[in-house]
Amino acid sequence: MKFTLSWLKDHLETDATLDQICERLTAIGLEVEDVDDKAAYKPFVIAKVLSAEQHPEADRLKVLSVDAGPDVNGGKPLQIVCGAPNARAGLVGALARPGDYVPGLDVTLGVGKIRGVESHGMMCSEKELNMSDSHDGIIDLPEDAPIGTSFASYAGLDDPMIEINLTPNRPDCTSIYGIARDLAASGLGTLKVPAAPVLKLEGETTVGLTIDLDDEKLCPGFGLRLVRGVKNGPSPAWMQTRLKAIGLRPINALVDITNYMTFDQGRPMHVFDAAKVKGDLTVRRAKEGETVLALDTREYKLGPNNVVIADDNGVESIGGIMGGEHSGCDENTVDVLIESALWDPINIAKSGRTLGIITDARYRFERGVDPEYMVPGLDRTTQLVLDLCGGTPAKEKIVGYKGYQAKTVDFPFAEVKRLTGLEISADESREILTRLGFTVEGASERVGVKVPSWRPDVDGKADLVEEVMRIHGVDQIKPEPIEKLSAVNGRILTTLQIRTRTAKRALASRGMLEAVTWSFIPEDQAKLFGGGSAALKLANPIAADMSDMRPSLLPGLLTAAQRNADKGFGDVAIFEVSGTYETDAPEGQRRVAGGIRRGTASINGAGRMWSNATKGGGKPVDVYDAKADALAVIEACGLPMANVQIEQGGPVWYHPGRSGTIKMGPKVVLGYFGEFHPKTLGSLDVSGALCGFEIYLDAMPEPKKKATRTKPGLELSPFQAVKRDFAFVVGSEVEAGAIVKAATSADRKLITGVNVFDVFEGASLGEGRKSVAIEVLIQPVDKTLTDEDFEALTGKIVANVEKTTGGVLRA
Amino acid sequence: MSDLENLKTSLLADIAAAADEAAIEAVRVNAMGKKGSVSELLKTLGAMSPEERQTRGAAINALKNEITEAITERKTVLKDAAIDARLKAETLDVSLPVRSSPAERGRIHPISQIIDEITAVFADMGFSIAEGPDVETDYYNFTALNFPEGHPAREMHDTFFFQADEKGERKVLRTHTSPVQVRTMEAQDPPIRIVIPGKTYRQDSDATHSPMFHQVEGLVIDKKSNVANMRWILEEFCKTFFEVPSVTMRFRPSFFPFTEPSFEVDIQCDRSGPIVKFGEGTDWMEILGCGMVHPNVLRSGGLDPDEYQGFAWGMGLDRIAMLKYGMPDLRDFFNADVRWMNHYGFRPLDMPTLFGGLSQ
Repeated sequence: MKFTLSWLKDHLETDATLDQICERLTAIGLEVEDVDDKAAYKPFVIAKVLSAEQHPEADRLKVLSVDAGPDVNGGKPLQIVCGAPNARAGLVGALARPGDYVPGLDVTLGVGKIRGVESHGMMCSEKELNMSDSHDGIIDLPEDAPIGTSFASYAGLDDPMIEINLTPNRPDCTSIYGIARDLAASGLGTLKVPAAPVLKLEGETTVGLTIDLDDEKLCPGFGLRLVRGVKNGPSPAWMQTRLKAIGLRPINALVDITNYMTFDQGRPMHVFDAAKVKGDLTVRRAKEGETVLALDTREYKLGPNNVVIADDNGVESIGGIMGGEHSGCDENTVDVLIESALWDPINIAKSGRTLGIITDARYRFERGVDPEYMVPGLDRTTQLVLDLCGGTPAKEKIVGYKGYQAKTVDFPFAEVKRLTGLEISADESREILTRLGFTVEGASERVGVKVPSWRPDVDGKADLVEEVMRIHGVDQIKPEPIEKLSAVNGRILTTLQIRTRTAKRALASRGMLEAVTWSFIPEDQAKLFGGGSAALKLANPIAADMSDMRPSLLPGLLTAAQRNADKGFGDVAIFEVSGTYETDAPEGQRRVAGGIRRGTASINGAGRMWSNATKGGGKPVDVYDAKADALAVIEACGLPMANVQIEQGGPVWYHPGRSGTIKMGPKVVLGYFGEFHPKTLGSLDVSGALCGFEIYLDAMPEPKKKATRTKPGLELSPFQAVKRDFAFVVGSEVEAGAIVKAATSADRKLITGVNVFDVFEGASLGEGRKSVAIEVLIQPVDKTLTDEDFEALTGKIVANVEKTTGGVLRA
Repeated sequence: MSDLENLKTSLLADIAAAADEAAIEAVRVNAMGKKGSVSELLKTLGAMSPEERQTRGAAINALKNEITEAITERKTVLKDAAIDARLKAETLDVSLPVRSSPAERGRIHPISQIIDEITAVFADMGFSIAEGPDVETDYYNFTALNFPEGHPAREMHDTFFFQADEKGERKVLRTHTSPVQVRTMEAQDPPIRIVIPGKTYRQDSDATHSPMFHQVEGLVIDKKSNVANMRWILEEFCKTFFEVPSVTMRFRPSFFPFTEPSFEVDIQCDRSGPIVKFGEGTDWMEILGCGMVHPNVLRSGGLDPDEYQGFAWGMGLDRIAMLKYGMPDLRDFFNADVRWMNHYGFRPLDMPTLFGGLSQ
């Protein structure tokens, strides 16, 4: 919402400065977004060309002698070189002098020398002063323009412009009058209440008017008045200047008056050329497929959800949004029909949105226009028409308006203190509300407050508290500590929140970088990873490749790795801990820790090292890097690793032979890891050595509640622990995990660990065979083991492995 | 006696000449071994007369002791020399690089770090962390928060919609974290003190707007919390979060459907340089929105607005991250560019705490 200072002062009697006004506006909730004090226009003065001689060296240039009054150049004329075609002796225009900044050129003038002739300034065009795009010639003012005075104040360019960022709850401040009322209520001046115009009405508004609607709230009132015999030309300069100052283009007096009323009073009006209206006017729903050529010269296709004003020609106007081109007013208009109507805010918002029309009228009607001003607004508009265009007004027709039923809010003044902490006396609260136009009924501490017709936003106690508070001053509220609920706070995070946090830190500690990628991904990528269901598809994605809620973190991470690789950073280890989406229900949103490694980005670091053999790294990442990451997450989240099982294979996007499924018990899938299926990578247009994992943090069971924080007792065996190595030859298909499990279960008491330290496949073992070497850690518990004891244990290990895997001790 | 003298001279010369441990051992065997020259002399002691033993015997013993000592001494010298030689041979080029610690290489995204910082501050004030789904119903995202059907405030949110289901209802991507307010009120009795960080979505994209972004929201519900308490909480938070001794904040009346009265809050700062500085300067920067929870929202949460009251606030997480740590463009947050993550990310062991400071 834009307005100028002088326009505001039409309605507000005040001595306050521009700064004070702006500060107050912001303080009472009308946030000043922009102020232009027009200082840029200050330097320019009105000057008269005394003579214009041909430049001796250039055909198109003239040398002017310019008089800018007694205060410029000691009253002596200035010599100025000018190329404008309209430069001539006697012209009165706007002068810029050396040292002045010319906004349209973005230069500060100096004394110039043009083809050998000195120039002490320039006569400006409108474009050079940013007034318009007109660059046909220099500004050509009436001869009586006062020479030597400020051009800006003569042209009305020195009127400071204020723009406020109006919140949608304040329809009353879509008018300059309303803004003045708010400022006056805050004590910054006095509201000038205009007297109602006295109109001399003659005859009737002869056009018939009916509201034909199934729902009367769609058009709760319609006023129409015929003014006969107007003369429609350009509106006067003062009106044009104001409209231009707030960014509106003057059209003709009748149209300009409607725009003026829209901003001055927040009362959008419409004018029909009565000669172009055929038959009677009806307010009705548009018929399906009905069209109208609107004032913006675009044709709109309407439907029953749009309310229109129609005559025998069809639709003449889209009610409350935009008039029709056909019955619009132009310089030939003689009889004008002035419309002042009320419309349903919700319907206007919906209509405007579906038709894609943004107008100042829609802006006001969808917020709520003062119903009680419908008729006074019609009168005021009529008066402006008479003032500017002449004519004879007829008696108005008012249809459908049932009057305003004021809401009464039951308001205990104590509510102000309860909600804000402010100590404000009942008297002050009463006074503030009254100044804002509320009617306070009753004399006690609990009153009835009647809401004025221009404040549809107010309907409860809290709204009144806000009114009192903002006018009293929000800065009066002093911070007050909140009571502590306990001396020392306990744990505040849930298990899932702790695990989310821990997973991030654990993965970052493994040298990975945390990424945050989009929750929505392209449909084809979603489908590759088991997603793409209709329920998780956006109806209005911001881009075609951000259409589907991701079923997995992996496509986002894999494509991110590729983007980095394309920039020359191919060794990438990144992870994300965030949501994936299985259904559109709250529980369908999973909490997943996922990560990928690309190239040689192993935990030891990426790239070659002078001694890879001893320092690790340098090799392309593989399934085991991903497995280590996945298990690190599970371990960091505090799950008992003994209960975690690994199964060969994973979902289809993984390499079937180089992936695994991590489970806890037969049912709970904790996640997957592996290298990726080449087809998946191909479809993603991603290449390179890649491995990745996803762990479902929300699938992890809550830790068991413990009765005590005490750890179980530690029993340290006094007997020496020993290690024994075994190498088993098994079929290539046998899982090392099975051998470990068989060896471990040989004696659960004595065997405290089994570690695979070598896997070997070679011709010496025969086709389809491999050797798996394990180291078994034996911890005697109650005595030192004898050779016989060891022999028995060894026998049991070998027998167990043989029984479950068919493995035999390597010779 | 000259034979003993001669032997001594010869042996001492051999000892001195021994160049390594093997050579000295050979000298020892030559002298002290079973058939060694000194051992042979010692064997003669048994056949000597007591007088002879007194003189020559003593001299032989003296020779033995002297040679033994000389050998031991030489042995020590040679042993030390051997160690010195070994150490010399074992010398490595310590200027060769080693692998950095993975914990130094890894990075935490600024969003996660900021959430931890906020958690640290609000945990101290007795708040817990609440979360909710990204895919929301129209009811929780709008209706329950007092956005009337068709109200222009709904339009301001540039909502992402899903396809309508068979009942004509369409879910939305939550446009703010506020749905969690009502979800929490439904699930928990007052007093409520929660902070809600999370992903939010709006159809908007430029340097400071992204279709996906993050908000953090706070909610306090009890029987007496008011605007004055809200001011205190927010000032304490901003001061602690931005790690400055004091902040000046300006509360401006504003409008949000779910609060009444509502405010926008500006923080005083210095914006003259490339980086915004808080706690100094004369500029204002909008930093958050807040207000007293609207009675209709309390009712949505099943609470009587005449009995319960409270306040809520919300701010852009990404935005305060940018303000504090200086990232210029919001869109970079979601690009996963390793250079950006390395530069703006945080080391995994730099955990924000109040006892150790929010940032290092």
